[in-house]
Amino acid sequence: MFYREAGDFKTSYRLDSQTFPIKFDRLRFYAVLAIAYGVIPFFVNDYWASAVLVPFLIYSIAAIGLNVLVGYAGQVSLGTGGFMAVGAYAVYKLMTAFPEVSVFIHVLLAGGITAVVGVLFGLPSLRIKGFYLAVATLAAQFFLVWLFNKVPWFYNYSASGQINAPDRTVFGVFVTGAQTSATAKYLFCLVMLTIVALIARNLTRGTIGRKWMAIRDMDIAAEIIGVNPLTTKISAFAVSSFFVGIAGALFFAVYLGAAEVGEAFGIQKSFLILFMVIIGGLGSIFGSFAGAAFLVLLPVLLKNVLVGTLGWPTDLAAHIELMIVGALIVIFLIAEPHGLAQLWRVAKEKLRLWPFPH
Amino acid sequence: MNDMTDGYMTADGRKIGGVVMELKNITLKFGGVTAISDISFDIREGEIRAIIGPNGAGKSSMLNVISGFYIPTEGEVWYRGARRPQMRPYKVAQMGIARTFQNIALFDGMSVLDNIMTGRLTKMKKGLFAQAGWWFTGAAKEEDEHRAKVEKIIDFLEIQNIRKTPVGRLPYGLKKRVELARALAAEPSILLLDEPMAGMNVEEKEDMCRFILDVNDEFGTTTVLIEHDMGVVMDLSDRVVVMDYGRKIGDGPPDEVRNNQDVIDAYLGVAHD
Repeated sequence: MFYREAGDFKTSYRLDSQTFPIKFDRLRFYAVLAIAYGVIPFFVNDYWASAVLVPFLIYSIAAIGLNVLVGYAGQVSLGTGGFMAVGAYAVYKLMTAFPEVSVFIHVLLAGGITAVVGVLFGLPSLRIKGFYLAVATLAAQFFLVWLFNKVPWFYNYSASGQINAPDRTVFGVFVTGAQTSATAKYLFCLVMLTIVALIARNLTRGTIGRKWMAIRDMDIAAEIIGVNPLTTKISAFAVSSFFVGIAGALFFAVYLGAAEVGEAFGIQKSFLILFMVIIGGLGSIFGSFAGAAFLVLLPVLLKNVLVGTLGWPTDLAAHIELMIVGALIVIFLIAEPHGLAQLWRVAKEKLRLWPFPH
Repeated sequence: MNDMTDGYMTADGRKIGGVVMELKNITLKFGGVTAISDISFDIREGEIRAIIGPNGAGKSSMLNVISGFYIPTEGEVWYRGARRPQMRPYKVAQMGIARTFQNIALFDGMSVLDNIMTGRLTKMKKGLFAQAGWWFTGAAKEEDEHRAKVEKIIDFLEIQNIRKTPVGRLPYGLKKRVELARALAAEPSILLLDEPMAGMNVEEKEDMCRFILDVNDEFGTTTVLIEHDMGVVMDLSDRVVVMDYGRKIGDGPPDEVRNNQDVIDAYLGVAHD
């Protein structure tokens, strides 16, 4: 009943092209922001932060990053885990080398370094497409993990080969290390996610986003209407890796605290994030959130139901949980191959006409 | 038609200007196959130039040479009085040559509006970082300015009602029109249309003819078109190039071409000796 565009007249192109053109949507968005910033920080505890909220925020960043590359620019990548590792090791080296600089800057710089590495591994995309490109990025995944394992300089010659996040603060509050509160972790990741999501939205709605989508939909036609394929593909790799690098840096520094590269950033991570993007919806920022939420929340929910409510043994529940998640992914993809974002879109279109659908 | 140094007047009284593009002795070979052999013609400011010929005559190849997609094996392309060096197609587009395709080449995942906005990519100058800033760096303002230009074209081609529709959902005739809109959005100095009326019904053809004439009239756009419908070609175009088996067999105003014995033979299928 409230979800109407009738009577909501747009008098400028700016108003017409805003992210949430329908007033109800806009208010809902502000409400979500207000709750995320104004309410949740006061109630968040360690369990919620480490099991649900922080992983959701970080995976959302990574999914947005991968969505830029796969969903918007149409370049398939299986190297996400490797690029997250670059972000993690970059932020580790920066944190230990320049302890006096704010970790906020470090995380952004780690994103920048990952962008450079991403561009390097994105160069083959100028020649190869589709599955072949996926295999080339797979090489990046294995090479990067191998590199961080083999070269002791990256983990500061520590005996265990692990990297450990030192205690660092933003505005005097610990955001990394053992003394960090759940609220600080949550807020730090939330601020990062907000920045990433805004940048991603701005890029995808403007010139550069159209170039990416043109290359994705028909690369030859795109070149003939004036899109430079080289700079366009490279920029997609750069932007995507920037976001993925930030996600990797946060995943290590804020979430894990200590990481071993093969375990934390292996090939499973690449697939997990690719699944998030596909289930959420290719070429949609909202889809990145939805996909991350689906794959982070669902296992937690299932575990609570199976172990908590039904009282099953933990090991059995863990196996059943894997099977249920897998089955749900298949069911979702059959029901709506374009992902949760498309379901959402269809629901909104129906809602717009409700309760008189004709 | 012999004295054309400064252009000419058309039958309906439009003034045609000097030479915009000149193709000199173009030959195009794919391995052993010669698609185009030694063809020369010119394109003048403000005229509607048609390229016709039977299937496989090399018309589309000719258009691809003009738009820079194929590099001619021999011969030169002169554009605005200078020899055009060998360059990538996107550079050619930036020089002001826009085209439509025989098989519609729209971006299916994007809305009509976004598709037409891609036509303005060559004119939009804000870089990656400015885009990221959007409200603070003038990227939003630039977007609005170009949106205003695009809206004019949307009005002109009467596709206001499908502005926000994803292109994949549109019927064929409208897709052709959106593609024309995208090419026009680039404000091209030469507009290349590859069979703009292929597969359309009579009404859609009439609409499309009217749009092509209106575009030429309103913006003075130089247009090169390939078309099979002889009625359309003879009505629309100021001068016609006729191709057959990669060779040029006729060039001139429609009436002259119509009475050319080689052209009649090519279309009626006289045996080549």
